[in-house]
Amino acid sequence: MMLPRRSTILGGVALAAGSAAPARAQLTIDMTRPTFEPVPIAIVDFAGDRVGADIAGVVRNDLQNSGLFRSIPPSAFIQQNVDANAPPRFADWRGVGAAGLVVGQVQQAGGNIKVDFRLWDVVVGQQATGLSFNSQPNNWRRLAHIIADAIYKRVTGEEGYFDTRVAYVSETGPLSARVKRIAIMDQDGANNRYITDGRTIALTPRFSPTLQEIVYMAYAEDRSPPRVYLQNVDSGRRELLGNFPGMSFAPRFSPDGAKVVMSISAEGQSDIYEMDVRGRALRRLTNTPAIDTSPCYSNDGSQIVFNSDRGGSQQLYVMGAGGGGERRISFGEGRYATPVWSPRGDYIAFTKITGGSFGIGVMRTDGSGERMLASGFLVEGPTWAPNGRVLMFFRQQPNSGSRAGSVTLNQIDITGRFERPVPTPTDASDPAWSPLIPQ
Amino acid sequence: MRMIKAFAAVVAMIVMAACSSEQQAAAPATTTVTPGSVADFRQNVGDRVFFDTDMSNIREDGRQTLNRQAEWLKKYTNYPITIEGHCDERGTREYNLALGERRATAVKNVLVALGIPANRVSTISYGKERPAVVGSTEAAWAQNRRGVTTVN
Repeated sequence: MMLPRRSTILGGVALAAGSAAPARAQLTIDMTRPTFEPVPIAIVDFAGDRVGADIAGVVRNDLQNSGLFRSIPPSAFIQQNVDANAPPRFADWRGVGAAGLVVGQVQQAGGNIKVDFRLWDVVVGQQATGLSFNSQPNNWRRLAHIIADAIYKRVTGEEGYFDTRVAYVSETGPLSARVKRIAIMDQDGANNRYITDGRTIALTPRFSPTLQEIVYMAYAEDRSPPRVYLQNVDSGRRELLGNFPGMSFAPRFSPDGAKVVMSISAEGQSDIYEMDVRGRALRRLTNTPAIDTSPCYSNDGSQIVFNSDRGGSQQLYVMGAGGGGERRISFGEGRYATPVWSPRGDYIAFTKITGGSFGIGVMRTDGSGERMLASGFLVEGPTWAPNGRVLMFFRQQPNSGSRAGSVTLNQIDITGRFERPVPTPTDASDPAWSPLIPQ
Repeated sequence: MRMIKAFAAVVAMIVMAACSSEQQAAAPATTTVTPGSVADFRQNVGDRVFFDTDMSNIREDGRQTLNRQAEWLKKYTNYPITIEGHCDERGTREYNLALGERRATAVKNVLVALGIPANRVSTISYGKERPAVVGSTEAAWAQNRRGVTTVN
């Protein structure tokens, strides 16, 4: 498709590190520390082509929205016309309070574009990282996200998450006849497109690991029970994932994409099943009179976390991926729901309902160390960024009289420090964060 | 035919208005409707029962409604029956889909126990997706935690 080719720009540019810089900011951040200041960073419009300013704009937006960086406004810059291939005037950049400086250039190369960038450590006066890409011109947004990921990684030591997409449910119309369509957009809200037509309610989209397919639940046009569908994102071709007499719902791919775990209802009982995507073999994993639903595989695929009311109230349980060995892991006050295993394997995020309020929290995978990150009238449905350090969820405001409250996607880091709304063209719920787009 | 449909819509609006005031399982009314019609079922029998928070057991008021429903359904046997299970907005989406299914099944089981053939009754859960009353108050939620017997 579009595969940007990348190569590293070695720090071939000699430089004279100036006198020891005032150590008020550093080009490094430990995001697990309880407090820190965002890293001040200056991102210069990339030289050489009009799209260079657009690229710089996307990089600024990505880094600023992470909460870990403070993008210094270009109007404050002292040095103008920075040469992308020579050391900058570090004193000028220290003068505007920058710890890091990003410069780059765009060159036309036989129908493709070649994009170079360097991240300068202004504090120590050295190149911190640099990369070069060859790609199709219409691919510039992805290049910008990949550049932002490289900067994020160099500064935080964590993998970035900007070159990703988000699937969600677009909501329009009155609540009594709400139209709910699956949409997919880039992580920053660009390139929004609709995947279902809205004629029936579609809910809970989830990506396959390649991003080429999604699974979701949708109602039928007649009054047959809603069922789980598998849909190719690009071709739009969709197929029913098993035609059961009862409702099937709450689907989620295994980390290798070979299986989908979901709930199937019969006689008021909802149990968890695993389906082989290729052969469509079905295997029952739970069998209790209770509601067993919202299953999610562990990052290594060996376990499944789910919620069940088998003990009287909705709580989180973990079992082996083939079923069995079920054990409860949530023991706090309230009801626990929608567990999602971090792609790093260290935490499980969940929705918690206590009294009249909803919260989003994380706990270790054995249920210990519970920490609440966000709360409100209704917050629900956390989903992990691929680096396991940022979550997205949805926030619904109370209805005011007969007026529907707004429903928005929100992003928060796992320290709970930075929460920000994620822009969508319509009201939005049920976010699903994709893995990094394969390069 | 067109006349009857329009009339049914008016009756449905009256029933909805009655529901939004306070918990009323059925509103026996004096308006004349054709016996055996959908409007007759909704208006004179009562098409819905209500549930307590996170519960799916049929309450006493609901049991009376279902008794009337069963009598009516045994008299007018040509209608296919679909029972919708619904929840209020105070639960998570997937759990509420399952809870709505459980509520619909609870209604179905009572009707079957009262003599309605099981193969005449299907169920569908709408979870929290289709509130009858829009509002974020306990009164609205109480109206939305419901099982609705539909006969068309």
